[in-house]
Amino acid sequence: MTTKTLEATALYDIPGPRTRQRHRLYGVLSTVVLLALVGWIVYLLFDTGQFTYTKWMPFEYKGIQELLLRGLGNTLKAFGIAAVLSLALGGLLATGRLSDHAPVRWVATLVVEFFRAMPVLVMIFFIFVALKVQPLPALVAGLTLYNGSVLAEVFRSGVESVERGQREAAFALGMRKTQVMAHVLVPQAVRAMLPAIISQLVVALKDTSLGYLITYEEFLHAGKLIASNLDYDLPFIPVVMVISPIYIGMCMLLSWFAQWVSRREQRSPKTEAVEVAAAEPGTLLPRGGPPTAPRP
Amino acid sequence: MNVLTDNFSTFAKGFLGTVELTVYASALALVLGFLMASFRVAPVASLRAFGTAWVTVLRNTPLTLLFFAVLLGLPRFGLVLPFEVFAVLALGCYTSAFICEALRSGINTVPRGQGEAARSLGMTFEQTLSVVVLPQAFRSVISPVGSTLIALAKNSAIAGAFSVNELLGTYKTLSELGYNIVWTFVWIAVGYLIITLTISAIFNFLERRWGVAR
Repeated sequence: MTTKTLEATALYDIPGPRTRQRHRLYGVLSTVVLLALVGWIVYLLFDTGQFTYTKWMPFEYKGIQELLLRGLGNTLKAFGIAAVLSLALGGLLATGRLSDHAPVRWVATLVVEFFRAMPVLVMIFFIFVALKVQPLPALVAGLTLYNGSVLAEVFRSGVESVERGQREAAFALGMRKTQVMAHVLVPQAVRAMLPAIISQLVVALKDTSLGYLITYEEFLHAGKLIASNLDYDLPFIPVVMVISPIYIGMCMLLSWFAQWVSRREQRSPKTEAVEVAAAEPGTLLPRGGPPTAPRP
Repeated sequence: MNVLTDNFSTFAKGFLGTVELTVYASALALVLGFLMASFRVAPVASLRAFGTAWVTVLRNTPLTLLFFAVLLGLPRFGLVLPFEVFAVLALGCYTSAFICEALRSGINTVPRGQGEAARSLGMTFEQTLSVVVLPQAFRSVISPVGSTLIALAKNSAIAGAFSVNELLGTYKTLSELGYNIVWTFVWIAVGYLIITLTISAIFNFLERRWGVAR
């Protein structure tokens, strides 16, 4: 079990018998400390009466289960629409950034940099409050503008990461730019970009919960309705214990899918030369970091 | 235009609120992130498991849910602190997962041979770590850590929606006073741009000064 880390880092020597014994001791000690921590939290939960029947009663009612399911459905709906529109906007902006016409390039760059630099919540609030748009379209528009801009960078760096010779060879064969893009560069780039795209979708999925702040009736909103109900003794903690595993589980599934795709790509000889780093959430900084992880 | 000049103090208060939130949460995220990164590369399996669980869970948690759990849930747990402290805790813990991954990937960029070379020169583990491996690791993570902290500054906007004093929250006060909402948002956007560009400039400076090209 330790050998894996040993191979991965320059930090440790291969331990001898005495060091291994010492590590086992540390292992036992830290396990005890961590278990004590967990035990303390569980004790606090019981002590403050989080497991009383009244607090868990709401989850038995059909109406409340339906409320939660409707919320989950609304979350997935917002995510689905935002995902499709972000991909479309990302494609459009990436085309703009790769254009041969300088003004088109400038406009696309300006749009991409601006929307990546703004907090996504500021955009959502602006659309919701200042433009007086309904909650769902406001949420979807905000998510689309932000994730579309980030995806545009992913697409662009994907196309640019295809070896230069490929483009030159295609031009030398007399292909036009559109043909070079459509037949040579994009098909190769898509394979390499896929993990980065999926992990950006995790960001979009996570951010649908911002809809809660503009009264969109999504999953967290449904949770809040139940949690603030006096009849059930304000079951905030039980609600958090029910909805967070579902939220986190959905995002984890999508993250794992990204990792799985990424591992598959790494094994494939076709994409060996091409690797796309994920576009960073900030602006004006060089890219870095693993491509499959969801970003902050 | 006069939205800004008339309400300069409101904007300044919100702006400073965001800066404060960003600074405290960054400090917490850096400390926790460093701790978790050291757990994740530790030779002790249970610490590694804890670090992995921390990172996996927090990276896949929507920040709004975390704020909901911390700001509205924890008081029900018997833990009552000012909202500002809760917001710093939530933002700091959330960001620490991303900082941890940045630092860990930094440690992994140091070629294994460097550690072996250091040991073959007779350096102790502490020397290898502090003189050879960590300095290089830190230098290669400057820009990913910078991006993560920029994301933190942007994410702090969510705290405003949970009635913590910060920049985005100023729109409520001003729209109640009847000011032009579009201009209010323009100035809020400018405020965020100032903060993110400042962080970006600081890290670009550090990168020029200490960064390594690998």
